[in-house]
Amino acid sequence: MQDIKEMRQVYCDCLLDLAKDNNDIVVIEADLMNCIKTERFKAQYPERFFNVGIAEANMVGIAAGLSTCGKIPFISSFAPFATRRCYDQIFISVAYSKQNVKIVGTDPGISAEVNGGTHMPFEDMGIMRLIPECVCVEPTDAAMLKSLMPQIANYKGLVYIRLFRKKTEKVYDDGEKFDLFKARSIKKGKDVTIIASGIMVSRAMEAAEILQGEGIDAGVLNTYTWKPMDRQAVLSAAKGSGAIVVAENHNICGGLTSAVTEVVCSEYPVPVLSVGVNDKFGEVGKMPYLSNVYRMNVSDIVERCREVIALKK
Amino acid sequence: MIAGSRMDKEKLLFLQNKATEIRKITIEMIGRLGSGHVGGSLSIIDLLTDIYYNAGNVNPENPSDPNRDRVVISKGHAGPGLYAVLASKGYFPMDEIKTLNKGGTHLPSHCDMNKTVGVDMTAGSLGQGLSCAIGMALAGKLDKKDYRVYCVIGDGESQEGQIWEALMYAGNMKLDNLTIFIDYNRMQIDGYTDEINSLDPLDDKYRAFNLNTIRINGHDIAAIDDAINAAKACKDKCTAVIMDTIKGYGVPWAEELKVGSHSFAITEQQWREFCGKEAE
Repeated sequence: MQDIKEMRQVYCDCLLDLAKDNNDIVVIEADLMNCIKTERFKAQYPERFFNVGIAEANMVGIAAGLSTCGKIPFISSFAPFATRRCYDQIFISVAYSKQNVKIVGTDPGISAEVNGGTHMPFEDMGIMRLIPECVCVEPTDAAMLKSLMPQIANYKGLVYIRLFRKKTEKVYDDGEKFDLFKARSIKKGKDVTIIASGIMVSRAMEAAEILQGEGIDAGVLNTYTWKPMDRQAVLSAAKGSGAIVVAENHNICGGLTSAVTEVVCSEYPVPVLSVGVNDKFGEVGKMPYLSNVYRMNVSDIVERCREVIALKK
Repeated sequence: MIAGSRMDKEKLLFLQNKATEIRKITIEMIGRLGSGHVGGSLSIIDLLTDIYYNAGNVNPENPSDPNRDRVVISKGHAGPGLYAVLASKGYFPMDEIKTLNKGGTHLPSHCDMNKTVGVDMTAGSLGQGLSCAIGMALAGKLDKKDYRVYCVIGDGESQEGQIWEALMYAGNMKLDNLTIFIDYNRMQIDGYTDEINSLDPLDDKYRAFNLNTIRINGHDIAAIDDAINAAKACKDKCTAVIMDTIKGYGVPWAEELKVGSHSFAITEQQWREFCGKEAE
């Protein structure tokens, strides 16, 4: 079932809510206000809204400068332009300088759809994860975004928010609470645990149901925060099921698979397989087509679960 | 031409002597280490002297005062020049200049706001500081504070595209609380800017970006001060001061090296002689 509200609408609702009590919240756009729909913020707080035009590097630097004066800038663009395009500015002016900036990268992975290869980020979380102390989070749905936004605003430091922009699959009920630094177990499984994030969470839940019909007890763990990874939750999955399948809308190299295996390999090695993008560029198409191209369907998760269970023996 | 009266002679003499002192501190700092970014540190000493000893609202007793003027050295490799001014003003003990670039130091090669008391912004990856300075200026407007932001960019640094993104925005936002100084020594690591990727006509470029553009001799402290006062008096426009400078200025054997003055080795005899310091 789809969420009632678009993620961007919830994002702006949250910003307005936060800005009401916190004069330091400022918003900067680089000509994609119309896509992330922050015009309501601009209307309500015109003095706290800046549009720098198509100049992402400048946007990041300005955010860093505002932060040195105590402001909490939320800046956004399509994920490749919010991260890859201005990586050194994020690295030096924001992260190395220990500034308090929140970066929103929209249209993650295959959700970039018809914007195609130039706009389709399979590496944004990977490169942001490489920045020391950068918190990297991919809110699953509207309910989670709403719960996480105040925590993101209160956290002092760089946060990268990988944001599905439109209506996504509803996984959680409105009002449910989430901890920015904890994973959420959806179901425990004895045979395998699917560790998923973003659009892959609802697919993992479907896969678990199918597997149950085959007599396979598959768990689902939602690791919406990729960094810092909730080590305890991942280790508990490894210990409880002895096998893991990671499902991510991202390049496997550097992405959630890397984040999970870093934990598993160092403390409790079990077989890990992945569903995700395997060293490929993006291309145009709608999500169902792209899910076929990159083998990110429910059936791919089911198959990978069977394979990983075979590896246990 | 700059309107207004020139600085009185006594003050000028005081500042000139300070600048000479600060050049000596810079040379001792780099000399004790053995080598470093001499040329580009020396070319902005006169500017920094006027800001820290005359024009700027700065206070070493309260270095994080929210109302203080901000100084962003976007050409972050001029760190030693800035540290010399800060040490001379008492932001940290003078003895610390002996630790430049040594393990665990508070004085790294490139400016670092989290390591050095008095440094307002980290820089070193060129082209980034001006955007940060714009952020500080916007915050000042937002908070209705009357602090000023001074940003120093290099001429070679101006080959970075982000500088022009930032200038376009500074011009359009009419940031009259921001003053940009261009250290136009016409040299960069690989040679002369005119031979590598010329900036001229630089004044025209700045004017075309809607900035109040002033051109001065960057080693004439009275002219620097007049330019800063003109920037303060200029409303609804961001001011850019293009400073014609000499890389390595004030130290003959550094000036002689021309392009080679960017970063080079200094012998103990050289720095002790220049600083008038006997061997310990």
